[in-house]
Amino acid sequence: MSQIISEFYDGLFLTIIDVAPIVILVVLFQLLVIKQPLANPRRIIVGVTLVIFGLTLFLMGLEKALFPIGNIMARQLSEADFISSSYSDTSSWIAYYWVYIFAALIGFSTTIAEPSLIAVAIKANQVSGGTISMWGLRIVVAIGVALALALGTFRIVTGTPLYIYILAGYIIVIIQTIFSSKKLIALAYDSGGVTTSTVTVPLVAALGIGLSSVVPGSNPAVDGFGLIAFASLFPIITVLGYAQIMELINKKPKISSNEI
Amino acid sequence: MTNIIKYSKKAYFFGRYVFLKLRSAFLDLLPIILVVTFFQLVILRQPFPQFGEIVFGSFLVLIGLMLFIEGLEMGLFPIGESMAYALAKKGNLFWLMFFSFALGFSTTVAEPALIAVTQEAARVSADANLIDSSQESKENYALGLRLSVAFSVGLAILIGVLRILKGWPIYYLIIGGYILVMLVTLIAPQEIIGLAYDLGGVTTSTITVPLVTALGVGLATVIKGRNPLIDGFGLIAFASLLPMIFAMLYGIFVFS
Repeated sequence: MSQIISEFYDGLFLTIIDVAPIVILVVLFQLLVIKQPLANPRRIIVGVTLVIFGLTLFLMGLEKALFPIGNIMARQLSEADFISSSYSDTSSWIAYYWVYIFAALIGFSTTIAEPSLIAVAIKANQVSGGTISMWGLRIVVAIGVALALALGTFRIVTGTPLYIYILAGYIIVIIQTIFSSKKLIALAYDSGGVTTSTVTVPLVAALGIGLSSVVPGSNPAVDGFGLIAFASLFPIITVLGYAQIMELINKKPKISSNEI
Repeated sequence: MTNIIKYSKKAYFFGRYVFLKLRSAFLDLLPIILVVTFFQLVILRQPFPQFGEIVFGSFLVLIGLMLFIEGLEMGLFPIGESMAYALAKKGNLFWLMFFSFALGFSTTVAEPALIAVTQEAARVSADANLIDSSQESKENYALGLRLSVAFSVGLAILIGVLRILKGWPIYYLIIGGYILVMLVTLIAPQEIIGLAYDLGGVTTSTITVPLVTALGVGLATVIKGRNPLIDGFGLIAFASLLPMIFAMLYGIFVFS
């Protein structure tokens, strides 16, 4: 019990350090520049307290439940015994198919639980007057992360250079941007940055470094990175793609493309 | 008697509210539970190690997520919005720019994920003989990288806010940024590229994202002629793009 309490205090301390610069900045600005009290200060203080406690418990729970087992799984799935038991030719990239499937599914499911994506989805839903559904946006972004991690682990296994994929991804985004309606572009760009925080990054980093230390001829320092970069790029592609598909569907019956 | 009815009614509504919020947090976590269980039991065919610990941890995650989302709408969103309204009403460009930069810089500079990645970067660079492998030079390198990334996030929020004020279309800036990333990649040392690309994703923390989003949407709502959906989003996009460029530039600058 005492160990749990001390873990809680450690987590609380880290979260408070995270929040402190914001609180200091906002209070200084209120006092010195704006010179007006915040509206509803009690409610805001309660809200910030809930955020701090919520995030502390959330991270503490992840450390206890998800991260240890996720790391063990990532390691076991890329171990030679497991690879050779499920596929005869262990040198082929196909032998690692369970790794790709695991990466995709863990990417999808951790993105659904990502608190900052939930925040952006709430805002997008409010601002669009409900036309952008929270679950819709989150699922489309999560599909993007799933594709990203499957392709990213494939890249680590094959050892192809990272920048080629990223450059190709950029070119796809640029082409999509030219052809898509301008309404969702900013949201799509944002969805790239929000997917990778508290839940996804630690697991994904472990997966990348673990995988590249097992794959023959791969160097963790060069090949272990890049999964997060993939996961920040692909959601942009899927969200823009989704916007285009919805536009095509909406165009056909009547001209009401301003719904999106 | 009426008091008892009143309180039990209140308790009922509160209980119902908490139940609904818990259920929605549970739905958010359900995919992870399914994926982990499937792989552990069906693919790897192993029992869960320390089952009690995992159940307890999942319970904490559930409660934590529920409290966080509740606090988001009570605390973080209103702070971002009211700062946006107050600063826009004040009409002082300098203070708005100052606030934007300070928000980006201060929330990034102490970010634990960033500290971890920069230390890793120093280690990798020392191994590749790009910098001196002494402890001091590694620490200097990590600190320099951290400061340039934090500076770039500050600059990113500043540019993003300026874009909302001026109504510049976001895609010109972002595509311009992509082209810059590609050009810098061509001359950046190989060892720093992967790290620099990853840095773009780690700079925006769970607390920064809601605040910055509320700030952008708030500004686009108060400023005449701006659409909250088209103009309000995009700050996070800048905050993930600029660090990549700055991290590579830092690498080029230090290694040459």
